[in-house]
Amino acid sequence: MLKRQESLVELDGAGVSRAGRWLVRGVSLSIRKGEILTLIGPNGSGKSTTARMALGVLNPDEGTARRQPGLTVGYVPQKVSIDWTLPLTVERFMRLTGNIGKADVEAAMERTGVSKLRHDEVRSLSGGEFQRVMLARAIARKPGLLVLDEPLQGVDFSGQIVLYELISKLRNELGCGILLISHDLHVVMAATDQVICLNGHVCCHGTPVAVASSPEYRQLFGDRAVPTLAVYEHHHDHVHLPDGRVRHADGTVTESCHPGDGHHHDHGKDGAKEEHGHA
Amino acid sequence: MLDDFFVRALLAGVGVAVVAGPLGCFIVWRRLAYFGDTLSHAALLGVAMALLMEVNITLAVFAVAALVSLLLLALQRRAGLSSDALLGLLAHSSIAIGLVALSFMTWVRVDLMSFLFGDILAVSRSDIAVIYGGGIAVLAVLAWIWRPLFAATVNREIAEAEGQNPRQMDVVFMLLMATVIAIALKIVGVLLITAMLIIPAATARRLVSGPEQMAVVAGIAAVASVVGGLFGSLQWDTPSGPTIVVAAVCLFVASLLVPATFASGRQQGGK
Repeated sequence: MLKRQESLVELDGAGVSRAGRWLVRGVSLSIRKGEILTLIGPNGSGKSTTARMALGVLNPDEGTARRQPGLTVGYVPQKVSIDWTLPLTVERFMRLTGNIGKADVEAAMERTGVSKLRHDEVRSLSGGEFQRVMLARAIARKPGLLVLDEPLQGVDFSGQIVLYELISKLRNELGCGILLISHDLHVVMAATDQVICLNGHVCCHGTPVAVASSPEYRQLFGDRAVPTLAVYEHHHDHVHLPDGRVRHADGTVTESCHPGDGHHHDHGKDGAKEEHGHA
Repeated sequence: MLDDFFVRALLAGVGVAVVAGPLGCFIVWRRLAYFGDTLSHAALLGVAMALLMEVNITLAVFAVAALVSLLLLALQRRAGLSSDALLGLLAHSSIAIGLVALSFMTWVRVDLMSFLFGDILAVSRSDIAVIYGGGIAVLAVLAWIWRPLFAATVNREIAEAEGQNPRQMDVVFMLLMATVIAIALKIVGVLLITAMLIIPAATARRLVSGPEQMAVVAGIAAVASVVGGLFGSLQWDTPSGPTIVVAAVCLFVASLLVPATFASGRQQGGK
């Protein structure tokens, strides 16, 4: 049903070249409302470049990039350094690109667990705190498209689990599409609808299961990555549970795994919706 | 009241200070101090052009400063040279061309010192009108583009991704700077304009925790420098432009003595 909606953003055979070298080329993707698309791939494979094309920060040198007109974007870039000479509190930073209401700012900060940092200076934050603030800032905009480039780098492990869960909830709450870049293969595979595996071009593309079992994926990430498929199945079940706390036990997969429930990646959205009903 | 040269000087100085403070904040945040220098050096070329073509000096200075900033943007995009090399090139070539052009104009008797260090005590009523007209225009535009300009200053990429236009902001900001330099020329002179932009902003930095606050405090510090400097120059019979800058420096030093209320995590160098 969602599939028939118009894409929020669409790349068609898009590529960027710099100094005669293609950073990435031939990327086609489309993200619709309520959908999470994850880009995976080794360093220098063009993940961030692809995200920046989708955002319109970079114009493709070949192919096309198209965004829905009037789309509100929330962006968490991979590397942000705030000049320490800037007088900037977290609260002001939250309103960087738009005048967001107090209630929305507070709600977003609450959700990423940084409410108590509101009056702190941005430059005094730790790496993990800063990433949480960045995520809160992007969420507070109530974006139609959320682009998260390694959003949880430096966040502690239990925090990552909670925040990835938050991200997968957001697509239903905000009805937004999400473009996610992450190295945490097994976490990522859990909540995503489509995966694109990049290595200068699109290596493989499809559902997490399809990608994880493809030979290109094995070749790129090695056989050690293959067990993430198994982990993924468990993770996936957990995502659909009404209770976020189950995730905590997750690093070592525990009781909450019922093999009979698994293999239903297509139901991602329904499952997550149920979650709301209960919450 | 306007008949008194000192009152005119005060009015003109305050008019420039109110604009220089907030705009100077962006120069500090964007690390454009040297760019400010370049534009003010270009102002001397503007003066030469004005005398040569017998047009209004303020207008000519604005035109040359704007031209130099656009030239800089164009050269930056073509890359090849680093920004500071380009700035040095533009600054010194424009001041040199300006001086050479002035020396050719043997029929013009120019008091070069008044352009280098300002001549605030010779401000006329029409100068005041130009300062307030230009100043209000600059403040209005600055207020209008404040949020996108600040967002682009904090992080270009986020600003652009989230629907703003940092490049456009760059151009508008450079035009604002050109305007301020044109109207400040008479007050502190080519060599000290950048000081009026940067020192009050630097003074404000330690006292505030938000960008809007910093703009206001910088404006107040700039006004205080002008008033203090003018009275100081009257008292000790010192050149007024440099005295204003000395007053600004004194305020900056004083700000260092203020106990840092928010200085936690501020150990110099930051991250």
